[in-house]
Order: sequence, then structure tokens, then C-alpha cells
Amino acid sequence: MKVTVTVNGRTYEEDVEPRTLLVYFLREQLGLTGTHVGCDTSSCGACTVLLNGKAVKSCTVLAVQADGAQITTIEGLARDGELHPLQQAFWDEHGLQCGFCTPGMIMTAVDFLGRNPNPTDEEIRHALEGNLCRCTGYQHIVNAIRSASRIMREAVGAGRR
Amino acid sequence: MAVTQIFGARVRRREDPRLITGRATYTDDLVLPDLCYAVFVRSPHAHARIRRIDTSRAKAAPGVIDVLTAADLEGKVGSIPTAWLIPNADLKTPPHPPLAKDKVRYVGDAVAVVIARTRGEAYDAAALVEVDYDVLPAVMDMEHALLGEVLVHDDVPHNRAFLWTLKGGDYEAAVKEPGVRTLKQRMTNQRLIPTAMEPRAVLAQYNPGAADLVVWSTTQNPHILRLLLSATTGIPEHRIRVIAPEVGGGFGSKIPHYPEEAVVAHLAQRLGRPVKWTETRRENYQATTHGRDHVTDLEVAFRDDGTVVGLRVRTLANLGAYLSTAAPGVPTYLYGLMLSGAYKIPHISCEVVGVFTNTTPVDAYRGAGRPEACYVVERAMDLVARELGMDPVEVRRKNLIRKEEFPYTVATGLVYDSGDYERALHRVLEILDYAKFRTDQAQARQQGRYLGVGFSTYVEVCGLGPSKVVGSTGFQGGLWESALVRMHPTGKVTVLTGTSPHGQGEETTFAQIVAQELGVSLEDVEVLHGDTDAIQWGWGTYGSRTTPVGGTAVYLAARRVVEKAKRIVAHQLEVSPDDLLFEGGRFYVRGAPDRGMTIQQAALQAYLAWNLPEGMEPGLEAQANWDPTNFVFPFGTHACVVEVDPETGQVRILRYIAVDDCGRVINPLIVDGQVHGGVVQGIAQALWEGAVYDPNGNLLTGSLSDYAFPKASWFPAFETDRTETPTPVNPMGAKGVGETGTIAATPAVVNAVMDALSPFGIRHLDMPLWPEKVWQAIRQARGGGA
Repeated sequence: MKVTVTVNGRTYEEDVEPRTLLVYFLREQLGLTGTHVGCDTSSCGACTVLLNGKAVKSCTVLAVQADGAQITTIEGLARDGELHPLQQAFWDEHGLQCGFCTPGMIMTAVDFLGRNPNPTDEEIRHALEGNLCRCTGYQHIVNAIRSASRIMREAVGAGRR
Repeated sequence: MAVTQIFGARVRRREDPRLITGRATYTDDLVLPDLCYAVFVRSPHAHARIRRIDTSRAKAAPGVIDVLTAADLEGKVGSIPTAWLIPNADLKTPPHPPLAKDKVRYVGDAVAVVIARTRGEAYDAAALVEVDYDVLPAVMDMEHALLGEVLVHDDVPHNRAFLWTLKGGDYEAAVKEPGVRTLKQRMTNQRLIPTAMEPRAVLAQYNPGAADLVVWSTTQNPHILRLLLSATTGIPEHRIRVIAPEVGGGFGSKIPHYPEEAVVAHLAQRLGRPVKWTETRRENYQATTHGRDHVTDLEVAFRDDGTVVGLRVRTLANLGAYLSTAAPGVPTYLYGLMLSGAYKIPHISCEVVGVFTNTTPVDAYRGAGRPEACYVVERAMDLVARELGMDPVEVRRKNLIRKEEFPYTVATGLVYDSGDYERALHRVLEILDYAKFRTDQAQARQQGRYLGVGFSTYVEVCGLGPSKVVGSTGFQGGLWESALVRMHPTGKVTVLTGTSPHGQGEETTFAQIVAQELGVSLEDVEVLHGDTDAIQWGWGTYGSRTTPVGGTAVYLAARRVVEKAKRIVAHQLEVSPDDLLFEGGRFYVRGAPDRGMTIQQAALQAYLAWNLPEGMEPGLEAQANWDPTNFVFPFGTHACVVEVDPETGQVRILRYIAVDDCGRVINPLIVDGQVHGGVVQGIAQALWEGAVYDPNGNLLTGSLSDYAFPKASWFPAFETDRTETPTPVNPMGAKGVGETGTIAATPAVVNAVMDALSPFGIRHLDMPLWPEKVWQAIRQARGGGA
């Protein structure tokens, strides 16, 4: 089947098997391997991408369902060589170790902070319900998201002035 | 002159830019021309004879290149070996065929492999492989297994893989001394599933022209894998290149040499095209090694004043269906030797029986043997306190090794290097405000609220290890480590390490060591690892050895580079090397600071070789192979505060305090991260995680939606602090920190819950402390009603 999707600003027209999951389409057909597969039960969130601006687990979406959609993956988050504030904060706060869950964590956080720009730690922890990490014990991830939220709020504030 | 201190600085990780932008390359990300995909067909039965395998339908399926069974591998791929042959233990090492032959021994045991052009075609065809099984009764329980009614391996009577004993002092005599009393407790240390977020994967490419094999694998130890692959595939070691690309966590589960690695390597050779296999999470749960799984009968001998005089420990250790690579060493040496904990316990008697069952093989999981030992000792301290009506802190203080007593030889024979156990305990009590907590606790109880606090004054052995010592335990390798520091003509530096970090951050910490020693900027140092063609030799990353052993090799190599550079500078300035001082990357003449040369200038001179001291070889690099003289022993105190809801049995963690001492700290940010991650895994064992099989051997917790993998919202923010007691074992004074959290946390949490439940007279419950179990115990204590 033919699908047309825009991924990280670039439009692709591709032939896919109807059963192809979006995550394999991204990884194997488009070569965007930053999105990871960590489970087979939609539990781990390593495959999280933005589909029309909303965080989705790309292992739970068929590529054909994404026809006509705008997708952002971890590769598309940095703009003009500048890291997204969440990427920067994950780096600054040591929010990752092996890095396997990180792309999904960051994409989930992008969506979350869009909806809740000034979250409490408890809200951040609940927002990560669908994203699993085995290395960090989550504490530095929470710190990173909190820190990014502050920086992003300041940036918005500065923009208004 | 102010010198920026890089060693000890909280610097951001060098690894991260590629990881946060999705540009890192993990094994499954790799694609090669003409690549084909392997899928393994696995047994749905825990124990069965294979009557017949029919691959004809699978072979005829679209895209299928080949389908192989054990018969096809006969004489081509050897048995998967065990690398820790513990002596004097009657160790049985039954064969482990890479594809099951005649019999399957656990759910997930591979019986066939399908190779196809695409992943999808391989899965489709795998479903068409018909295996006719004659199902046998499965043996799941260790005590049942030891009756020997059902044998996992026909030639291993009673399913007993080994009987290992350790005696320090004379426990039998000690219990007869006047004033010595005993208590007994049976406790389990349940089976855990390591669950690295990246499942395993292998990609192999064989070049028939050159007769060489390249294997990319999710391994923690590429050189060991190369050695073992050469044994299983018959391809000479020097013709094999093993690469560990980005590896997404291991926690011990990526140490072993697995059947899939041997089979995929062979397939690449057999088919003449690259083959990739990537594990699904379900396969990961069934076919990647599990951890822990002990049942222990503990007897503690103690006096009325709280002095513990002895421990007698009898442990059954479940090894699963086959002996994995390090399996025999984990529940023996890595466990029994640590049974003295942080205490002066003169009499220790330990017996461990290794048992085969129809379950997934068990091997190292973060801490590997040491968490199990720490759990026994730290529970013992609380049980003694409870029995005597003493404060658990007082019982610990009574028995702790004092700082002036180091180096201290414990009854099991280990020599603890350095420590100030009391200080870490004191610091925790301060942060906790212990006296206030006890008051709050008493008040809460009057309101029907059940608060508890638990302590773990742990110590662990790590920095594996002195080769001579590990050799005497039957480990079939050395555990020294190699490093090469190469300064290029431009003054930039490449460091090659034989360790193979996969999340621990040594690309950063090793760069800090080298930048500090050479006086160059951190940005000018690159750390490479995980490629047997690039790296001289290495034993890998596990056992919290990377920094204390691998880091020391890096440190020594850097020092040698400085020494050589100094001789070059002395020669060119026509002074004696002894007259040169080295500071901030620059050599200068004592008393004439203007006369000098930077180390980068010396590097250029070393490569130009126009004017070197007589007999000096050109170039500026040095290798160091560091074999430590002893292990290192990080320690600390962890405290956990919980509230138990008596109506639901739910345990809530209110506070978690960790004061750790891992010797000198190179990067505090990374140490914090290691502690947090370890603590979460340790807490998760106490409260949630546990592999559950049904009586037929089906893994009920076989996916991430069934296994209680901990989530962010289950924890409060941890309160961490450190003391710093350098080790004399290595020149940096650094100990390991990768496993401390996991070792310390589990008993702290269980002790806290038992403290909370003490009003009900509940002395011990086995982990995981699921709400239902806690609720049932409270209900029984209340007289079965409520």
C-alpha cells in the first residue's frame, strides 16, 4: 500500500506492507533508527514519536494509519544544529545512561510540557507512566524535565516581552 | 598556579550528544548489503523429548533461505561452554547444544532457526516449523528437583550441579559456647529478570575470501565473546572481530556467551551473507539469563548484648536448565565470601547447592551474589535486634568493623581494604533525624498508621579482580585490565580501554582521568572501547570493575605517556628529567619557569623524531595492563522509611536515604546516577519484581505488561550523600559504584516493612512484598478475621 507521510519536515511516498508497524517503517524503511523497539506489549515507550504533535507509541500504530500525518522523531527535534531544550536538559542533568529509552522519554516529555508547561515533580513522574528506564532510577530524568520546563517557560516569557 | 581539577568534577557526559539526538548506533540499527534475518523457533514446553521436527513447510515459505535444526549444526557449532569451573564442588557441566537436541529443557529453549530475506518472512516461516514433542513432567521447585525423580540432564543425578562449602572459624563449636543463643529463618531471594531496555541482538558477517568473521553483538565483554565464539564456531580467534556497538544496558545479562551468537556467526559463514537476529522482549524474558533465585536457611548465633558470633547458611541456588557462562561462580564465591557483611562475625559456615530445573538459565544480575549475601546478613541483624528487643542500629554498631581495624580479614578470608562504616551510618541517622522518626512512628501507631524504618549498613566486594585470586576460584580467565593512551602529533589523545561500558559513562570518566594526568583539555581526549580489532585485550564491564581496574590501567598508561614526554623535553632543553616540573600540561625547568615545553609540543617532537634521546623509540603512546592485588570494598548505609496501609497491604516509600562511599569520586554526577539506578532495582526486588512460573514451567511474568518493572511514579526523590574513604588498592583510590545501590537497597526496604509490621508480631515475609502478601499476613496476625 502507498503511504505519504511527512517525517521531520520531509515528505516520503512509500510502499508498505499493510501489517508494517510505524516503528519498523521509520527504522527500516526510512533509516531513522533513533526510535527504538524495547518491547512487544506497548509497555516501554522506547518507540515514542510525535504523530501530528501528539506522543504515540509507534509500535502500536500501523504505518498505513500514519498516511497523511506529520511525524517528528528524535532525529528531527534539534533545529539548525541547536538542541531542543529537553535534549539539552537531559544532557545537563545526566538524564540518561545507556540511552536506549532516551528518545522515547524525550518525545513523551515534549508532548507533556506542551500540555503542562509548569509541572510538579509528581506530575512529571506520572507523565512517564508509559516510559520505562532501567538505568537512571528516573530521578535525573525528572530533574531534566523540570529544568527544561523552566527554560522553556523563560523562553516563552522572553518571547512575549 | 591554579590548575583546573577535572578529576572529581561534575562534568556532563561525552556520550550524550549522539544519544539524545538519535544518532547512536545500536546493534539492531545496523544494516549490511544482502542482509538476511534469523528467527529462532522456541520450545513452548519446559521439558519434552523432541520426536521429530518437520521444516519442509517453513523451507517452502516465501523469502526463506534456510531452516536449520540441531542435526544441521552437528560438528559445526559446539556446546555453549561454562567459564567458571568452581573447584572442589563436584561441578557437573552437562552439554548445552546451541539448538536443543533430543530434549528441550525450558520454555524458550531454541529448537530451530529460520533465515529469510526479511524479518517478517522469517517470523511467518518460523510459525510453520512443526515440532512433535513428547511432553515430560517439568521440575520447577529446587527441593523437588533434588529428589531426582525427574532429571533435567539424564547424567546429572538429583539435578545437583554442585555442592560448594565454605568454613571460616568454627560455627559448630561457637554455638555451644555459654551465653550464645541462636535463631533460625528461612528466606527466599526470588528470581528476577534483568530487563535491559535494549533486547539482545547479533549481526554477523563472514568474508570467505579473507576467511574472517565480524560479529556485532550486544555484549558487555567483546574479547571474552571472541574467545568463546572461537571455541563454539571453530573459527580461529585472530580471524574473529567482535564489536560491541552502542549497548543499551546489560546488568549482567549481556555477559554470557549465548547460543544465538554462535548460531548466527555460523550462519553467516554457512550462507556467505550477513545475518542479523534481534530478540523480542518475550524472547528476552524467556531466553536471556535471569538472576538471583535462592532459598536460604539461615541460623544466626548471637549473645544477649547483640554480638553476632556466627552464621550458618544453607542455600539452594537455582541455575535453570543449563549452566550459563558465569553461573557457577555467582551463588558461590560472589555470595558466600560476602556473608560477613560489614561485621566482625568470627564463625561462618556456608553450604550452597546448585540445582538444575526446567527454567531459564540463571547468571549474573546487577550485584550477582552480593545482593543475596547482603540480604541474608542485613536481615540477620534485624532479626537479632527483634529477638533481643534492641534497636537495629545498636546491633549494627555492636558488630561493625571499626575504621582503625582496616585492612580487616573477615572469617570468609577476604581482606577488606578500607572503610569507615560508622561514619556513613552516622550521616544517615543525621539526615533521617532518627530520634525524631521514632517519636513520629510511635505517634502514628496510636493513630493506626504503620510507619517503619529499615537500615542496610552494607559492604560489597567489587573491582574484579586479582587474576591469581579469581583463577583459584575456577574462573577461566584473568581479570586484569588493559589501556592504551596515545597522544597524536597534534596533541590530541585517544584512549583505548579493554572495558566495554554500556551506559556507565566511562567515555567521560576515563577522559577525566587522562585529561587530569596529561594536563590537556577534556575535549582533546577520545575514549574508544568495544572493538577487538582496535583494542589490544580486555575482560569487559561487569562486577563494578570498569573504573577501579580499567580506570587504573588508563591512569597508569597516562602516567607513562607523561614520563616519556618528560624525557623528550629534558633532552631538548638539555636538562635532567629530575629538574623538570609538570603542571597544567606544561613541563618547565625548576627555578626557570620560562624555559619549558607543553606536552603537545613534546608529542609533535616524539612523532617527528628529529631529536630524541639516544635509543628512544619514536611516537608517544603507552600501554598499561593493571592486575590489582586485591578487590575493593565500597560501603555505606542506606535507610528506607515506609508506610504500610493495613487495610490494603500497600507499601509506600516515604523517604529513601543513601550514603555511599566508593572511595575517590571521579565524576559525582555519574556516581549519583549509578546510585539512583541501583537503588531502584534494589527497591523493586523488595516490593515488586519477581519472575513467576506456573507448575508446568510457563513463565507467567513473560512480558513487560506482566513483570512488575518499576515506574517513575513509584518512587520519591532519593536523598543521597557520600563519604570518601580512598582504597589503598589502586593509585587513584577509587572503588566501584555500579552495583552498590542494588546490593544495599533490598534489605533496607524489607527491614523497613518488617519494622512497620512489628506491632502485628510479623517477623519475616518473603519478597516481593506484594500488597496481597502483606495484607494476608496482617489479616492472619489479627486472628484471621478482618
